[in-house]
Amino acid sequence: MSDTRSGLLVVAEHRDGKLANVSLESLSAARGLVEALGGPLSVAVAAGSSADALVAEAARYGAERAYVAVSPELETFRSGPHTDAALAAITAAQPRAVLFANTASGRDVASRCAHRLGVGLLGDVTRIYWEDGSLRVSHPCFGGTVLAEKEATTEPALMTVRTNVFDRVESPATIETQALSLDFTPSGLLARVIEVVVEDAGMASLEEAQIIVSGGRGLGGPENFAMIHELADALGAAVGASRAAVDAGWKPHQYQVGQTGKTVSPKLYVACGISGAIQHKAGMQSSDYIVAINKDPDAPIFGFADLGVVGDVFTVVPALTEAIKKRTAAA
Amino acid sequence: MEIVVCVKQVVDTEAEKKLVPPDWHLDRESVENVLNPYDEYAVEEAVRLKEAHGGDVTILCAGPEAAQDAVRKALAMGADKALLVTDAALAGSDTQGIAHALAAALSSLNFDLVLLGSMSTDAQTGQVPSALGDALDLPVLTALNKIDVEGSTLKVHRQTDQGYVAYEAPLPAVCSVMKGINEPRYPSLKGIMGAKKKPMEVKDAAALGIDPARVGGAAAGTRVVSISSPPPRKAGQKIEDDGTGAQRIVEFLVGEKII
Repeated sequence: MSDTRSGLLVVAEHRDGKLANVSLESLSAARGLVEALGGPLSVAVAAGSSADALVAEAARYGAERAYVAVSPELETFRSGPHTDAALAAITAAQPRAVLFANTASGRDVASRCAHRLGVGLLGDVTRIYWEDGSLRVSHPCFGGTVLAEKEATTEPALMTVRTNVFDRVESPATIETQALSLDFTPSGLLARVIEVVVEDAGMASLEEAQIIVSGGRGLGGPENFAMIHELADALGAAVGASRAAVDAGWKPHQYQVGQTGKTVSPKLYVACGISGAIQHKAGMQSSDYIVAINKDPDAPIFGFADLGVVGDVFTVVPALTEAIKKRTAAA
Repeated sequence: MEIVVCVKQVVDTEAEKKLVPPDWHLDRESVENVLNPYDEYAVEEAVRLKEAHGGDVTILCAGPEAAQDAVRKALAMGADKALLVTDAALAGSDTQGIAHALAAALSSLNFDLVLLGSMSTDAQTGQVPSALGDALDLPVLTALNKIDVEGSTLKVHRQTDQGYVAYEAPLPAVCSVMKGINEPRYPSLKGIMGAKKKPMEVKDAAALGIDPARVGGAAAGTRVVSISSPPPRKAGQKIEDDGTGAQRIVEFLVGEKII
């Protein structure tokens, strides 16, 4: 146990001038922990130009110190430069633990920081707590069928945090900013950003969504996703797809929920024409509520849905959309 | 071009897993093992690049002897040779330990490009490609859904929620690929038979200069304190749609205060 390390550091992700939900959730969880642990709650921000709005947002969620790296080299994510920035923040802050987002970029940077610091990395945590003198985490394994309680054997303890698990809680603090000067590792600068391409501007983050409406093989064809999108719009939901629908080319891979797709934790998951095989269940079984619509009464999904409707998706889904719209109009 | 694909043999998703005390490691003997599905995309991508640009594809795997099956599958898909790093000292390694072992093995090979699947379906950490790239001090490009090579320049697309980012980097580099980057070929009978004759070297930690202090359970930076099985989700109501199905769903959502 080190005498010099104190507090917790959240390495924040952001897009379009706002901190990512998972970073706000991480700050909220960490705020609660530093009350018991002692030490400051700090945030690390890496940005291409001004980070002021991001720092102010972090302060609203309890961060007391900000370690900020601003450089044109950080405008768009690259593994090397973003790792250099995170490491500089960790070195400056000397925290007991560091929370990264469990996103592709978060994992990338966290793993490289673990390598450079010679420490381990606790992945995909869904709970963080203090027990027996150490910081421990919960991590669901094997599609959520096993829950592992883990700890780091050295400090700082690095971890990646799952999106949409911790609550976002505002607790405004006064924040002090330290600007970091960076020496970028040459190998990282060799990768050049050529273009950022937006193909589907409306595509909501499935990991952040509170409600998801998903379509599977039972839809019969790509054109039938139209009714899924209409139901999603009526519910203010994101749209997902099963592996079968993605493999059939009905939706791109970004839509896939499941073991070789995304792991989601929405309040409500509506599965339309999805059988609910193990690999799909693994990606959505931590939803608060699951509603399933499928014409096969023996579909595995009926074994774990909170409300299962054995019926024709082509009848039930449009009727549901109508009913929701009527309710919303009447409200 | 010389490509090395790092693969892992994983437990089949559908299989029942057994976790063994005291450290709760996965008992890999008792279950069906397969080539990590994400790695099939990496192997396919490597074979396609070889077909387009010439050269060689080497399969690299750090795992138990039984991992030979996964390696042979990759050879059957069109890779040329393999190196299996197997040593009791590697048991219980965390992702940092595996990255160290792979980096040590790679220093014994010539390569222009290292490809990996973006994660394994059993541990699902997705941490090895980045740690490996860091260990090799090479450009790291993860979550790729397109790879092209022009001369000694890599041109890639990295998948994002809303589209992709296009990058360029000089070779050598370390890349991890997403599912859907290609359609992995089914090995032909000729491929399967041929795989048995392709060279597979098996080396231990000492032969590759793997530092025993950097691998194995004792070197791991994290430990499992305990495990539990959360109660499985039980089914709630199940109804037949008699025309009122949609209305019943709305009532349920209102009742649970979701809408």
